[in-house]
Amino acid sequence: MTLLFTRQHLFLRLFFFCLSFWAMGHPCLATEDNSQLSHGLSQLIQGNFQRKEEAVKIIATSGDPRAEQILQALLAGKLYRIKRKDTLVYKEGKGKKVAITSVLTGESLGTVKKRAIKKITINNAIRGKLHGQLALINLKNPDSQIRLQAVNKLIPTLSPKSAGTLETLLQTERNDKVREALMTARAIIGLRDTEKPRRLEALDNLQGNLTPSVKNELIRLLTEEQDKEIHNKAQATLNGIQSKIKLYGLIEKLFFGLSLGSVLVLAAIGLAITFGVIGVINMAHGELIMLGAYTTYVIQQLMPNAIGTALLLSIPAAFIVSGATGILIERTVIRFLYGRPLETLLATFGISLILQQTVRTIFSPLNRSVSTPAWMSGSLQLNPVLSLTVNRITILVFALMVFAGLYMTLKKSSIGLQVRAAAQNRSMARAMGIKAARVDALTFGLGSGIAGIAGVALSQLTNVGPNLGQSYIIDSFMVVVFGGVGNLWGTLVGGLTLGVANKFFEPWTGAVLAKIVILVFIILFIQKRPQGLFPQKGRAGA
Amino acid sequence: MVVLKYLKQDRGGMITLGLIALLTIAVPICNLMVPEGNVFHVSTFTMTLLGKYLCYALLALAVDLVWGYLGILSLGHGAFFSLGGYAMGMYLMRQIGSRGVYGNPLLPDFMVFLNWEQLPWFWQGFQWFWFAMLMVVLVPALLAFVFGWFAFRSRVTGVYLSIMTQALTYALLLAFYRNEMGFGGNNGLTDFKDILGFSLQADATRVGLFIASGVALALGYLSCLYITRSRLGRLCTAIRDQEDRVRFIGFKVENIKLWIFTFSAILAGVAGALYVPHVGIINPNEFSPLASIEMVVWVAVGGRATLYGAVVGAIMVNYAKSYLTVAMPDAWLFALGALFVLVTLLLPRGVTGLVRKKEVDA
Amino acid sequence: MSVLESMRSFMRRDQVFDFLIPDVPPNLDLTHGVILYLENLNVSFDGFKAINDLNLYIDDGELRCIIGPNGAGKTTMMDIITGKTKPDSGSAWFGQEINLLDMDEPEIATAGIGRKFQKPTVFEQHRVIDNLELAMAGDKRVWPTLTAHLNSAEQDRINEILKIINLEEHFSRRAGSLSHGQKQWLEIGMLLMQNPKLLLVDEPAAGMTHQEMDQTAELLTSLAGTHSVVVVEHDMDFVRSIANKVTVLHQGSVLAEGTMDEIQNNQQVIEVYLGE
Repeated sequence: MTLLFTRQHLFLRLFFFCLSFWAMGHPCLATEDNSQLSHGLSQLIQGNFQRKEEAVKIIATSGDPRAEQILQALLAGKLYRIKRKDTLVYKEGKGKKVAITSVLTGESLGTVKKRAIKKITINNAIRGKLHGQLALINLKNPDSQIRLQAVNKLIPTLSPKSAGTLETLLQTERNDKVREALMTARAIIGLRDTEKPRRLEALDNLQGNLTPSVKNELIRLLTEEQDKEIHNKAQATLNGIQSKIKLYGLIEKLFFGLSLGSVLVLAAIGLAITFGVIGVINMAHGELIMLGAYTTYVIQQLMPNAIGTALLLSIPAAFIVSGATGILIERTVIRFLYGRPLETLLATFGISLILQQTVRTIFSPLNRSVSTPAWMSGSLQLNPVLSLTVNRITILVFALMVFAGLYMTLKKSSIGLQVRAAAQNRSMARAMGIKAARVDALTFGLGSGIAGIAGVALSQLTNVGPNLGQSYIIDSFMVVVFGGVGNLWGTLVGGLTLGVANKFFEPWTGAVLAKIVILVFIILFIQKRPQGLFPQKGRAGA
Repeated sequence: MVVLKYLKQDRGGMITLGLIALLTIAVPICNLMVPEGNVFHVSTFTMTLLGKYLCYALLALAVDLVWGYLGILSLGHGAFFSLGGYAMGMYLMRQIGSRGVYGNPLLPDFMVFLNWEQLPWFWQGFQWFWFAMLMVVLVPALLAFVFGWFAFRSRVTGVYLSIMTQALTYALLLAFYRNEMGFGGNNGLTDFKDILGFSLQADATRVGLFIASGVALALGYLSCLYITRSRLGRLCTAIRDQEDRVRFIGFKVENIKLWIFTFSAILAGVAGALYVPHVGIINPNEFSPLASIEMVVWVAVGGRATLYGAVVGAIMVNYAKSYLTVAMPDAWLFALGALFVLVTLLLPRGVTGLVRKKEVDA
Repeated sequence: MSVLESMRSFMRRDQVFDFLIPDVPPNLDLTHGVILYLENLNVSFDGFKAINDLNLYIDDGELRCIIGPNGAGKTTMMDIITGKTKPDSGSAWFGQEINLLDMDEPEIATAGIGRKFQKPTVFEQHRVIDNLELAMAGDKRVWPTLTAHLNSAEQDRINEILKIINLEEHFSRRAGSLSHGQKQWLEIGMLLMQNPKLLLVDEPAAGMTHQEMDQTAELLTSLAGTHSVVVVEHDMDFVRSIANKVTVLHQGSVLAEGTMDEIQNNQQVIEVYLGE
């Protein structure tokens, strides 16, 4: 029985040996020999978890450049060994046949049946250890960003034993941020020190520190600490940290609110122009936003390799597409309905249905997603509790730029002057030789074009679909009404205020109720100030 | 009766009411008495469809009363219609009793599904028909009253008011989509079994519902006629055309608007309550702004500021909708959109305006 | 005991509960012979002072003409009296008891102030008699209006006014089809239907033929005495034909007051009118 087993075992090993010969043409040899690494690897192959745990440490401390990759693979469950053989490999791909690569040489060993290899399993204890060890390895990485991440990862698993390592690291570290993180780590260890002055000093160093572990550590300290003085001090520190976290939470909420507000401003500002200047409520405004978003989608489809350029190109393109559509609507429908606002509302609503259905027919009713260029993705980590996404910041800035551009256009250019003249007194403007019809068409085109630009911005935040615009028309109108008709500043302040208010109500009431609360608020607000925040004053006409 | 005197002066109204009466009598006879296969047999399906149109016609009257006569373009009448519908739906849900899928004698299925322990307070009382009918009237009326009180007092008019009403129904749409609201979320209320003890599947019950819708429409027509021909009604058109002048002759415009708006909401609520047993379901989609604005187009097509125009428009557009959504589903929204544009541009007086003699020196 | 007594006083048949007493403004008190007091009024729009420390008194039964260049604040003054615009400061009293600043337009109208707009505003879709019927003094609450019917006294009143405003033959015409001058008269007729004590008439002669103008002047002078009439007008001939007292407004305050002759010889007035 034993003999048979051994033979079979031998046979299989031979088989695999030949297999690897056949696959590679030459035997696999370690290119660089590191006895500690090999020792660790041989430990790892043992089925026993305790041995594996030791192996992790041995590998990590071997100083071998391959160590990190091995541990990462182990953590990710990609480290396998060939059955009945001691060769460790990386598995790639899924399915019945998988590609394997030698751990020691990094050379491809071809494909084998999945049954032929066996995963090196780990448990949670090893996983924790792996995290810690990997972090330690990264602590010596030349890239300061990686070192910083490593320190941050290390902090939750700190033990007094790490103190020495931290001291040595601190002596060599030049980067400020990494140093700061290391100090935090040192102070956390200090909190566990048996000597009272050390703990007090640590508390001093941790004042206002926002690293999440600090808070946890302080909470732990508060439950365990016997000493009154330290207890009080810890409590004070914790309170300080918590109020700081609250403050940053507020800032974050404010940012989200401003971000939502900037979207509202973008969506509403075109409406503010068409409604404020020509007195026309354009219910197809949302659909013009949608057209802008679809323009972005189409241009990105045309230039799949240059997403960033495509996005920049979309801005003028969307302006032209939506603006032209707007002028078309004005010339064919709206100009026959001047002075009949309710009829205009109905007719433009009809147009919005037609535009929606057209888009649905051309692009299918499904949502399309528009990709975000690299320079707009990611987030800005200001401190451990506050990070702002780059795309929202970009859109906030973009909205302000569009606002400024529009404001300057209306204030400084001759067309802007004509538009403002027509807005104040149509018949007088006409008497002064302003071609009212042309100004109307251009104003409408301008408002619609801005809607298109809003669509470009929106495509970066949500999916693009035929119903995209629908949800914005009511909100946009609320902004215009809230800010005061015919006043760009009102639209800006109104949009940002509503955005922020929405985000501040949300945690209390939930998103839907927040919306309802805002609607009710605006209804009540109009009760008090029918002209909006920034009314256009004038003699009440008889 | 004064109403009869008014009716004599309203030829289009007499014809329309005559047709409604004929329909209300003939269709049930053709459904129950005439055997299937006969040319004159009206299937229950057709009768239900016609019943639905009658409810829509009543709803169109409500919209016309505020838009055509008072100049308030309400884009939120769907809210009142749906609230009436939900009140009826809640009664019908309570009537299911233990026949639901989960067999809970008290809780409707969706509450059992959400693991609710007991009936929410606002579902109490809906086991009684009279209570539900009271709510059909009261809930839309209260909403219209509160909304109108704020809106009219602050002199919100024109497109502002229109968008406000749209926002109102939009807010309710969002609210009713939520499961926590306790109205069945997305799915709404459905699977009704019977009404006042009669099975909703039975032809006789459906005939009863049909007759009820016809009678409600006729009564709604007559009450609207009475209002619009009274001094108050003439004042309404005066408000529509010269709101300031009405104020300066001493009328509290906001009160008039408020009461007419509230009455209109009640009509819409009743229409919704009749509508629900016809179609067997009420869900939040009825709150969607599109649904509300469609009602306006019925009135616009029929001819605003004529009551029979609203009835004719509602039936015509809905017939076209039933036909097109089956024949060419994609074309319906194009057609509806085009209808909005064409009616406002070319037919400001609606189709009945084509037949109606030119008003004296208008 | 007192319980019974308080019950009794609570249940007294000749009294109603306080909250049931309708909120009617006090009666017009003309004991000092002045019907309208405007004192220290100020209104500004966006920094522009439309009314600047205006003081004006109108006597009971007086016919007063108000003239002034464009932007002098004539229309704004009317807006304040009728409740359309609220002043920034100052006071406006109708008789001794009625504070106009506390009331809205319908309340002021019911209290007895009628106003004709610069542009004739009548209900163009309604017949002439409907216009008059709607304007008629009476219960203006919603339900009574719904059930209201013309009784013969009211019918007579309408006929009487029709005669005064020379529209007897046109009683069933649509108001929109009347000529400009006829619309002006109809609007004055609507004011009269309200039985006002004070009529504010903004440019009644605008767009009228000479003959119509004479008739209008005659009408207004006949109204004075039983009513107080304030006329704002640009046409000096018309003003001369009706006025015995004229007030000149300039930049939101009273520049001069007196008979037409006095006004015409006033140096300041000449400067204002001719200096521009």
